[in-house]
Amino acid sequence: MGAETPSNAASNAPGKGPNLDHPVFALVKGHFASKRFSATEFRGQSTLIVQPGDAHAVLGFLKNDPRCGFNFLADVVGVDYLGYPSKTIGRFAVVYVLRCFEREDLFFVKTFLDPSLPTDGIVEDPALYLDSVTDLWPGAEWMEREVYDMLGIRFRNHPDPRRILTWEAYPAHPLRKDYPVRGREEREQFRLVDRTDA
Amino acid sequence: MGLEAALPVDGFVTTQLRRIINWGRRNSLWPMPFATACCGIELMATACSRYDLARFGSEAVRFSPRQADLMIVAGRVSVKMMPVLQRIYLQMSEPKWVISMGACASTGGVFDTYAVVQGVDQFIPVDVYVPGCPPRPEQLIEGVMAIQRIIDSTGIPPRMSGGKRVGLGLALSGRGHEVRPQPVTLGI
Ligand code: SF4
Repeated sequence: MGAETPSNAASNAPGKGPNLDHPVFALVKGHFASKRFSATEFRGQSTLIVQPGDAHAVLGFLKNDPRCGFNFLADVVGVDYLGYPSKTIGRFAVVYVLRCFEREDLFFVKTFLDPSLPTDGIVEDPALYLDSVTDLWPGAEWMEREVYDMLGIRFRNHPDPRRILTWEAYPAHPLRKDYPVRGREEREQFRLVDRTDA
Repeated sequence: MGLEAALPVDGFVTTQLRRIINWGRRNSLWPMPFATACCGIELMATACSRYDLARFGSEAVRFSPRQADLMIVAGRVSVKMMPVLQRIYLQMSEPKWVISMGACASTGGVFDTYAVVQGVDQFIPVDVYVPGCPPRPEQLIEGVMAIQRIIDSTGIPPRMSGGKRVGLGLALSGRGHEVRPQPVTLGI
């Protein structure tokens, strides 16, 4: 294994691009002929990059089509690419990690979102919206809540769209890269308790 | 055993009521384990048979704050946990003492982030800080013994003017014990 660069495409063997031979790529391409996709691969792990509006339809296809059969949603994670060394399609990404136990297959679906408002607050941003996949995999509920809590990406039709790790009134989405690692004094805002309070 | 053996059969001793209450109190410090991270494992080890906190009367670890009088904060306290810690502290009945165990509880440790309180002593009164990451069980026992010495000398926690009680803020030096090579061989 040689030195790696951050870019997925350049991290395979020199002179070769990513190896896009995962059979699911062709199935998706065939089923959604009119939609635009990109794809990448890193060390045998294939990622399909979809438009935010297509994510729910594509994920539904990947789950329900018997040739794909990704019946297990292993994870939903959010990424903030602010300051990323190489160019990315958008600032935020949401990654769905899918598994098919019958074929022992692992597959990633990724979608990029760009904020339309300043990202230092908690204002609802219409550009940072995705369709919830809780109707496909009920287990997505808490994972989507975490993405919302940490990055402020909201999910339409989510059954319980509350924060999950911080509390409801938390004044930030702390995993955004423009949020200071030490916070904005949230850790200092408690009442002082002494023994006369008991 | 102890006192009874030293006395004649029908003997008696005179003492001060305060002293006998303190004697009882110091030997029945029931900890409330507020163990939120790795230090909690060492806290468990302290209560287990090798280190045996029972020798100091503190083996009755209570998960109900009403039944405990020594809170041991063992581990990082996150911003979401701090109100819980404060409520549990307030629910403990007087007289009560607090040990802040380890670097994280005392200062936040290496976790200088938005989510971790940088020292529980900012928001609740702490009596004894036990340094270490994690402190060895011997060191935690030293912390419990420090509380016992406080009880011995002052009875219930000292009060400031107006009855206000502030933490004593004692820090162990961390050099109070010799660490023997482990494991210690057993001789029968
Ligand atoms: S002081 Fe060290 S051992 Fe204790 S909770 Fe912090 S990191 Fe864990």
